Amino acid sequence: MGELLINNAGVPVLAYQLVSLIIFFAGIYGFFTRRNLMMMLISVELILNAADINFAVFNRYLFPGEIDGMFFALFTIAIAACETAVAIAIIINVYRNFGNAEVDNLKKMKG
Amino acid sequence: MNFLSLFVLIPLLMILALFVARSRKQVLGIMVAGSSMLVALAAFLAYNYITVRNSGNTDPMLFTAALSWFKPLNIQYAVGVDGVSVVMLCLSAVIVFTGTFVSWKMAPLTKEFFLWFSLLATGVFGFFISLDLFTLFLFYETALIPMYLLIGVWGSGKKEYSAMKLTLMLMGSSMILLVGILGIYFGSGATSMHISELAQHPMPVELQYFFFTLTFFGFGVLGALFPFHTWSPDGHASAPTAVSMLHAGVLMKLGGYGSFRVAITLMPAAAEKLSPIFLVLTGIGVVYGAFAAIRQTDLKYINAYSSVSHCNLVLFAILMLTQTSLTGAVLQMLSHGLITALFFALIGMIYGRTHTRLITDMGGLMKIMPFLGASFVIAGFSNIGVPGFSGFVAEMTIFVGSFENGDLFRRILTIAAVTSIVIGAVYILRTVGKFLQGPLQNEEHGKLDDAHWFERLAVVTLIAGILYLGSFPTGISNMISDSFGSLLQVAK
Amino acid sequence: MEYTLFVLLLPLASFVFLGLLSNKLSHKASGMIGTASLLMVALLSYFAAGEYFMTQKTGALFQTLMPLNLTWLNMGANLHIDMGILLDPISVMMLVVISTVSLMVHIYSLGYMKGEKGFQRYYAFLSLFTFSMMGLVLSTNIFQMYIFWELVGVSSYLLIGFYYTKPTAVAAAKKAFIVTRFADMFFLIGILVLSYYTQTFDFGTLTSGNSAVFQQAISTQFLGASALVWAMALIFVGGAGKSAMFPLHIWLPDAMEGPTPVSALIHAATMVVAGVYLVARLFPVYVLFTPEVLQGIAYVGAFTSMFAALIAIVQTDIKRVLAFSTISQIGFMMVALGVSKFEGHEGLGYMASMFHLFTHAMFKALLFLGAGSVIHAVHSNEMENMGGLRKQMPITHLTFLTACLAIAGIPPFSGFFSKDEILSATYLYNTGLGVWMTLVAGLTAFYMFRLYFSIFWGKEKQHAHPLHESPKSMTFPLIFLAIPTLLGGFIPFGQFVTADRAPYTIHMDLMVAGISVIIALVGILIARKLYQHPEKPVTVPSGLKGFHKAASHRFYIDEIYLFITKKILFNGVSRAFAWFDRHVVDGFINGLATATDWFSIRIRGFQSGEIQWYAWVFLFGTLLITALILFI
Repeated sequence: MGELLINNAGVPVLAYQLVSLIIFFAGIYGFFTRRNLMMMLISVELILNAADINFAVFNRYLFPGEIDGMFFALFTIAIAACETAVAIAIIINVYRNFGNAEVDNLKKMKG
Repeated sequence: MNFLSLFVLIPLLMILALFVARSRKQVLGIMVAGSSMLVALAAFLAYNYITVRNSGNTDPMLFTAALSWFKPLNIQYAVGVDGVSVVMLCLSAVIVFTGTFVSWKMAPLTKEFFLWFSLLATGVFGFFISLDLFTLFLFYETALIPMYLLIGVWGSGKKEYSAMKLTLMLMGSSMILLVGILGIYFGSGATSMHISELAQHPMPVELQYFFFTLTFFGFGVLGALFPFHTWSPDGHASAPTAVSMLHAGVLMKLGGYGSFRVAITLMPAAAEKLSPIFLVLTGIGVVYGAFAAIRQTDLKYINAYSSVSHCNLVLFAILMLTQTSLTGAVLQMLSHGLITALFFALIGMIYGRTHTRLITDMGGLMKIMPFLGASFVIAGFSNIGVPGFSGFVAEMTIFVGSFENGDLFRRILTIAAVTSIVIGAVYILRTVGKFLQGPLQNEEHGKLDDAHWFERLAVVTLIAGILYLGSFPTGISNMISDSFGSLLQVAK
Repeated sequence: MEYTLFVLLLPLASFVFLGLLSNKLSHKASGMIGTASLLMVALLSYFAAGEYFMTQKTGALFQTLMPLNLTWLNMGANLHIDMGILLDPISVMMLVVISTVSLMVHIYSLGYMKGEKGFQRYYAFLSLFTFSMMGLVLSTNIFQMYIFWELVGVSSYLLIGFYYTKPTAVAAAKKAFIVTRFADMFFLIGILVLSYYTQTFDFGTLTSGNSAVFQQAISTQFLGASALVWAMALIFVGGAGKSAMFPLHIWLPDAMEGPTPVSALIHAATMVVAGVYLVARLFPVYVLFTPEVLQGIAYVGAFTSMFAALIAIVQTDIKRVLAFSTISQIGFMMVALGVSKFEGHEGLGYMASMFHLFTHAMFKALLFLGAGSVIHAVHSNEMENMGGLRKQMPITHLTFLTACLAIAGIPPFSGFFSKDEILSATYLYNTGLGVWMTLVAGLTAFYMFRLYFSIFWGKEKQHAHPLHESPKSMTFPLIFLAIPTLLGGFIPFGQFVTADRAPYTIHMDLMVAGISVIIALVGILIARKLYQHPEKPVTVPSGLKGFHKAASHRFYIDEIYLFITKKILFNGVSRAFAWFDRHVVDGFINGLATATDWFSIRIRGFQSGEIQWYAWVFLFGTLLITALILFI
């Protein structure tokens, strides 16, 4: 624990947050603008990654003695993996049915 | 275990048995066995009740038991009966019994039909034995829900519309009712929702005004309170015969029963103050229903509007707040339950033969089906209060009881309500004259047969009940009016 | 005298028996069962009357007996409906009248209704009627009377509509029931008012003459009259409905659609006098506490009797003539009650009314049965199809003539005595009323003999088959009823039935009697001149053309009713209510549904199915909430 604190002592927390912010908004932007389901999925992953970084950083800086934040990050990664698996399965089905993976196809699925 | 719980257990067991039933024969066997057991149980209850009362027990409620099933709000499964509930339980048992026989040829999906029918019965019986407001409400909802499916699936005519309308209106009113019930609970500051407990914690009068309106209205809609009665003609017209019977015969009585057990008993001060408003509404309903019935040509609509008139009379009598008028109200519930069930049963049987319910398409059927015709005339006479039939006893008790309330305004309303006996005669005789008497209108009808044995059994049972109540009312009337003595005491 | 209970139970048992087994029994068996039970009832009634009038007298007054009185239904602290048997002079007198006429009708119907479909049903209904009527007269309290009052209405409905495949019969039955029911509604309201203030239904308490009972009812005022006046007037309206007083008389002529014996029993002799009986039953209340109502009764009766007599003159259906004559004669009874006082000679009217009720029942039943006999032979109700029947039907002719003489008031027939007493009573009250009623008596003689001459004299008409006298089962009742018609006037009626129960010896007022006989004779002679040779058509004098037309249309009263019920109530009110229900009340509910639907369609755009649109909304929503939390 102590080693980690020393190793990163020179870098301000804002730097990490800047990185995560950029990743997060890149994800948001991608999610809103991309029409391809695959790209939207990648954007969602970006958002999740941004959250993971935040978890890790805040844990490291605010509660250095504990690992709750790290755990959450790990959880998120696991859940993101599951979610990706499901999403890709859905996307493949959409692709099979419509011949492409455009998000507009899904409109037809409302009641 | 308290034997009152059997009233709920038997229908539940019937449902379980119906699940595993494999053939039509088994289904009917289960229904006949179950409903006969219910009738026997009701008779046993009535006998026990009278015995205990005669031995000098003057508790407001007999055979009580309670079991807490939701601790945080202290909601109990509390049961107990007084004279009124005994009478209503007997009525329900008889209607379920006859309803089974009337649905003898029910098809398709016989098993499913009886499943929902039994669930409806569970709700009804549970409602009448419950003393805890929340449990009461739970059973009330249990009785309402199956209605939607029973009408929507097995009904006729514009059944989807009717089923939806009925369910939505009744659900809307029970939402208001739930607010009222919760208001009573929290407003009174009692520690449980048990009626006798609530009665000992009277609410402040200002709160009573508000929650009386909500609860009376909530129950009133089920009792066809004018002008929120329109679900009833459509619902009854579309429902299959047995469901019409159970609905008009018993379910609509839940409204009347609930409105005095909850609204009047728990909030007497507000009832006294607010009754003029509701009296005007119900008074209009009495006359209005009768007038509207004159113009109808569909047999079921005629009876449905007549029910509107009579059920409004029940609420009218309840609001008069004298012991006699309340007794009359219960007698009217009982009497109307039997009569309207008989009417709907007969209409169903006639419709099953002629395939029309329009009185203009029929004529001279008395000659073709004398049993059904004569029974219809008997039902008609009871409906318009001919002495010797139950309607007379009930209506006269109501009129005399209403007149006991010395207020001039209430008396004038009573006199207005009395006019319904003439208007009633007009629509009944018109109906009888059009489709039973006169020359045969449709040659096809000449070949129709009279009632089968299972139909006769149902009809004779109902007529026997009507005649008994109409000829020997003393015992029943005293039993009911005694309960009101204690009930009004509890309220005070 | 508990055995009088069987007077009620026997017909009831016979009704239940015949009603339940109607398909299993043969015509003959069911007719015999009905007649036998009635025979026993009649014998019991005669025995009861004998025993009552012989033994139940303490001092000079007849006792009121109540052999049986059971509580039937409790209504509140003081009120309770009882079922019991009340024996006093008028109820015992009515027992005799009802059982006699009913028995005769039972016997007569064996022949008249022979071979009719539903013969068993007919006898069942006759038994039901007899039971109800007996219950009515034996009632111990006003509510019991109301109960049986309704039951006679029902049996009347069933019997008028006996030929239920005939639309006119169905319509007539319906009309009779609804009109009387309309009147009964007032009766019921009257009972409600009366019982509220007196806290009793019991006749014994009500007619005791004790003013303490009515203290509260008299002191309560409502719209310018005391509650008691209202109650008694409303109760009279009920009686007026059953007794076909103007303007509630319209059902009775139509009720002639029923079988003729039924008309004789119900619509001539027994049920229609129920209103008279009701007023007589409550007479002490009327005369002691509400004389103004009694006065009204007198005028209603007087008007009705004249009105009906005028219509009877121009009717061509023989049963209709008799129906209007019944209305007119009941008017006489009402007038007699109306002009009566309570005691002694002043109370003559009461006695006269009951006397006339008795004699009228006998001769009017005889007239109807005679008419039935004629109709049975001719197969028509219209006078123009009849004529010269005196040769073919000698027994019918003679008995009919007896009854005509009785109703016309020719001595020594029974009607003369009773009518003479009524006229004396009216003269005692008011000379104008006396003259008016004497004129009606003259008209009565005229229209009855118009009927008589048209049927039995003049040229014989062609018929499809030769006419012959009716069978014995039909002529026997005619002969039997002719006996009281002939001799009934010599019964010392005043010794038995008076308002104050004290015996009263009838004095013949020669002046009144002389005038009425002369006027009756004039009426008969005019009728003879005009109608003895009916092949010469009677021309209506031009001055009376308008009157003739109006009278044949029964002064358009039916049309007025039809207008009110059909046009206003049925088409106006009822249609409006039905429309209102479907369109306004239901429209409101449907409107709620439509509004919900409309709203949901409007907001459906939000659920576009575009994920990115949802995401935008989500994002901005989040930002908005964040901003709100941060800045507010």
